[in-house]
Amino acid sequence: MIELREVSKSYEIDTVALDDVSLRIDDGEFVFLVGPSGSGKSTIIKLLTAELAPTSGSVFVNGYDLGKIRRRKIPMARRTMGIIFQDFRLIADKTVFDNVAFAMRAVGAREKAIQRRVPAVLELVGLEGKEDRYPRELSGGEQQRVAIARALVNRPQAIIADEPTGNLDPAMSLEIMYLLERINQLGTTVLVVTHERDLVNRFAKRVVAIVNGTIVSDQQDGIYEL
Amino acid sequence: MKSHNNFTYYLREGFRGFTMHGFMSFAAVCIIVACLVIMGTFAMLLVNISAMLEHYEQECEILVYIDESYPTAEAHSVGSEINRVENVREAVFVTREEALEDFKNQYSDQTKFDGLQPDTFRDRFKVYLKDLSLLEQTERTLETIEGVAEVNSNPEVAQGFTTLRNILSWVSIAIVSILLVVSLFIISNTIKLALLSRREEIGIMRMVGATNGFIRGPFVIEGLILGLLSAILSFFLLWGLYELLRSRIMAMDVLQMFTLMSFKGLAPIMAAACLGSGILIGVLGSLLSIRRFLKV
Ligand SMILES: Nc1ncnc2c1ncn2[C@@H]1O[C@H](COP(=O)(O)OP(=O)(O)OP(=O)(O)O)[C@@H](O)[C@H]1O
Ligand SMILES: [Mg+2]
Repeated sequence: MIELREVSKSYEIDTVALDDVSLRIDDGEFVFLVGPSGSGKSTIIKLLTAELAPTSGSVFVNGYDLGKIRRRKIPMARRTMGIIFQDFRLIADKTVFDNVAFAMRAVGAREKAIQRRVPAVLELVGLEGKEDRYPRELSGGEQQRVAIARALVNRPQAIIADEPTGNLDPAMSLEIMYLLERINQLGTTVLVVTHERDLVNRFAKRVVAIVNGTIVSDQQDGIYEL
Repeated sequence: MKSHNNFTYYLREGFRGFTMHGFMSFAAVCIIVACLVIMGTFAMLLVNISAMLEHYEQECEILVYIDESYPTAEAHSVGSEINRVENVREAVFVTREEALEDFKNQYSDQTKFDGLQPDTFRDRFKVYLKDLSLLEQTERTLETIEGVAEVNSNPEVAQGFTTLRNILSWVSIAIVSILLVVSLFIISNTIKLALLSRREEIGIMRMVGATNGFIRGPFVIEGLILGLLSAILSFFLLWGLYELLRSRIMAMDVLQMFTLMSFKGLAPIMAAACLGSGILIGVLGSLLSIRRFLKV
């Protein structure tokens, strides 16, 4: 479960990026977070990943109270989330396999488990046979699939994606979104930040709209209507 | 099992970093080797000079004259009192006759002193001390002994030895500290570059929930590799330089005034010192820059 409780965030004095935001996402939900540029979407993501601390209010992620958590425990909270960005963030000199395995190695997984789990996840995202390619040898959509595989590989409770299709053409964006839907159907909570009206309308999921740091609408089977 | 797995990962990644910044690593190793060689040279110089000083100190003697009214046999027995003094290492009895002989032997034309009688001299002890810096106290104690007429020493020489030793120690400590700091700085800077060039990777590691310890691992190993490599190179370089210097000095110094000990005797300490400082510099240097890097 993901929850923001009366969260405000200012980066500098006098400017407010988030103003008294409350939002609750239950396990297994699929949620779009939409809003114009600068409305505070990425700020919400950064609060959830404990990259930033709120100016006031509390943030809960999968049983961790990020406001009270010890610094040493932050990695444990992050392990419950798979995070995906617009720019993929792959390691250029590692193969597809190693990019995904990297996430398992980073949390101390055994080599045996890695050899078993990585191919399965690559298959799930449709990258079987491309294990030994380097990121530069892949299309944008394929690179984002690698990133999704990496986000999934440690079996997170939630996937959090900040404009995952921002760098992709519409056809590829649609494929990525179908993949995320599939992952959600397999039981993982999914939170997707996006600008893409058509995509949002097509999937008819819960849509949370934010403008100027305030949530202005939150609807099931919603459409993007800003 | 798990930690073993991590360790091989650290090793692999540490080596990857080391080779990835080949030129930087090479430059860093060169500078650290230079520092370690200078430190090592000073250390070996100090060991040798200490050994020489110790040798001269051992020879440094106090003359304790016994009252003329004591017959030689009784004078000799004063020796047990002298030996009881804390700081006395050895007391050698010298009779008047021997003293006369010694005196004569100092001059080439000995016939000049034919008329000299042993009675002109006093029985005496040549006293050698354990700790030369306590000369004055020991002298005062010796003067209080029954039967001792006079104590004669050369405080300037003793003082000189002590001062020389102190100066040497301080200079060495200063130089070693400065060079340690320089080496630390070099390693931490190299690791900083490694950190910067792998900033993205570190970001990804944090994102997937790697602990700080795990993120640190490869960089500590990289620092360790730099430190150890420098240590090994310095050791052999020092060895070569030392033997070269020694053979030169031995060839020139016919008087055998300076006797450098052989490197074999120094090797274990030098190896330990090189390895120790290499490890220290490597690990500490990388931890320093990682700490700064992970804080922000
Ligand atoms: N590091 C920062 N320092 C200062 N202000 C910031 C910082 N990051 C974001 N902001 C400000 O906070 C507000 C919200 O930014 P945020 O990145 O959350 O917007 P966003 O909704 O993700 O926009 P976009 O759709 O363009 O990505 C903006 O006004 C932005 O200028
Ligand atoms: Mg954003």
